[in-house]
Amino acid sequence: MTANARIWPLVLILTIFSAPLVIMYFYQVVDSIAQPEPGSLVPGAIDVSNWRFLWERIDTGRPSIWVVTFNTFLFASTTAFLVTALSTTAGYALSRLNMPGRPYFLGGLIILHAFPTITLIIAIFIILQFLGLFDTLLGIILVKAALELPFGVWIMKGFYDTVPWEIEMAGVQDGASRLRVWWELVLPQVKPGLAALLIISFLSGWSEFVLPLVLAPGSGTQVLATYMNAVIQDDATADFGLFKAIGMFYSIPVIIIYLVFQKQLMNIYGGGTKG
Amino acid sequence: MKLRLENFTKRFGALTVIEEMDLTVESGEMMALLGPSGCGKSTTLFAVCGIHKMSGGKLYFGDSDVTTLPAQERSVGVVFQNYALYPHMTVEQNIGFPLKVQRMSKSNIRAEVERLADLVQIGELLDRRPAQLSGGQQQRVALARAMIRKPDVLLLDEPLANLDAKLRLEMRSEIRRIQRETGITAILVTHDQVEAMSMCDRIALMRDGKIVQLDTPEQMYNNPRSQFVAGFLGNPPISFLPAMAGDVLSFGQGQTLARPPALEASGDVIVGIRPEHFGPQHGTGLRGEVTFVEPQGREELIDVRLDGGGEIRSILPAGEPVRVGQRIDWGVATESILAFGKNGDRL
Repeated sequence: MTANARIWPLVLILTIFSAPLVIMYFYQVVDSIAQPEPGSLVPGAIDVSNWRFLWERIDTGRPSIWVVTFNTFLFASTTAFLVTALSTTAGYALSRLNMPGRPYFLGGLIILHAFPTITLIIAIFIILQFLGLFDTLLGIILVKAALELPFGVWIMKGFYDTVPWEIEMAGVQDGASRLRVWWELVLPQVKPGLAALLIISFLSGWSEFVLPLVLAPGSGTQVLATYMNAVIQDDATADFGLFKAIGMFYSIPVIIIYLVFQKQLMNIYGGGTKG
Repeated sequence: MKLRLENFTKRFGALTVIEEMDLTVESGEMMALLGPSGCGKSTTLFAVCGIHKMSGGKLYFGDSDVTTLPAQERSVGVVFQNYALYPHMTVEQNIGFPLKVQRMSKSNIRAEVERLADLVQIGELLDRRPAQLSGGQQQRVALARAMIRKPDVLLLDEPLANLDAKLRLEMRSEIRRIQRETGITAILVTHDQVEAMSMCDRIALMRDGKIVQLDTPEQMYNNPRSQFVAGFLGNPPISFLPAMAGDVLSFGQGQTLARPPALEASGDVIVGIRPEHFGPQHGTGLRGEVTFVEPQGREELIDVRLDGGGEIRSILPAGEPVRVGQRIDWGVATESILAFGKNGDRL
């Protein structure tokens, strides 16, 4: 038997199991721009009316898609910057500085990372209500950033751990302050981690659903995930074409980001998490 | 500049690594800190450059007390074992970094970098990054970076450990040449006695956080103060044999050698005989059987098991008709015999 012949049964099994997903993705694309007969699999005529949400309000009670998209972008990017900025400094401290309670910090990070977010939601709701941040973008940005932080800090610590001590010693010996050594000599070594973390936390913010749903339910703070949810829930007769078109619109940025930043994203799962 | 360590003590937690060490390095001298791993030589180096705080004692550069000065303010250049070049900077930026920190103007930095690059002979590599350099070239960049601030003291931490044998030989003389040309005071940390002997003016041999002997390489080789020093220096190493010192030195089974003229003690001693002092050219006296012959090109290394027990090494020019299993009766250059007491001290 040739190697090819041996591999075919495996390919067949994988095809059978992944077929439902592939078919669904295929019809996700097709149905967003076509109007098939009910019960038919043939797409029929091309019809872009599903994409009408781009240029008109799909009904009067809803905010414009562009406001919602802007909200989502603001939410995701602010979260990403917050998480990256804080993880960059906290990761360095945990990797390098000999501070009291460091082992407990590290242990705590892992526990926090494993902790299911949803169990905290009532406590967070009360805190936000108390601070007056309930139903505001700022509120969910802070909550999302806080929940993403343990992961970010852990990843950045891993990257810092791979930077040799001697580089810092050499920098200090060359007369640079600790801060300057960090900024000018160490930070450039962990750039791949920085980039990957920025992208990952942006994507995580972009696809966040539960936090905005519970903590910012108003229409003024709607993000794409909650917008879609509202569209499918409220309509008496569900418009699946419309729903799929919005879904496409929602996932296009994600696909583009993945295609553009593939290499950077590989870093985080490849070499970065040593130690 | 003269460097002086006084009562230097270093503790890590409850563990005392170095206790009350004194060391003076004269201005323009190259001093080796030599010793087995864990003897405290690197700890001493890190204390001098300021990375480790001293637990006790004083450190002087010239007449100024720098004991509590932070590393940034000490005028010390360090070459690390793995060179610690900044991977994201070009060679030029690497060498110029210490001056950039000092806010020197760009044109002055450029001029200084070129001066140093000439000194270490890497003028044509300035635009490369460390990853594009060979080990020897990286070493030169590290040297240039350490020297560009015109430091009072240059510290070298096992600078040759990561190089292959041929480069090591080349860099050995290069580092020595650069040190001589600039007249800088230097400390070399190494566990390799050949490096220490060939590169340095004086050697401080360390063991368990103490300096056991501080001498010129020749003195330390010919006149070791203890069995440890004698055993640490020399390649192939010295052989030690138990002997009875009476009118002659007797090794059992009727084998005897004349007493070395300088030896005063009598009774049980340990005798150290270097390989070059044992062989047929020195007459007869020790009988045994050749157990191993190792050709090394120019020389042959020969292990002999003596009739009274005990192993002794000899080094002979290549071409001597010696085979494994052969019986021999060779003599020793008795004036070069080193004798030690039971506690390892030289007699």
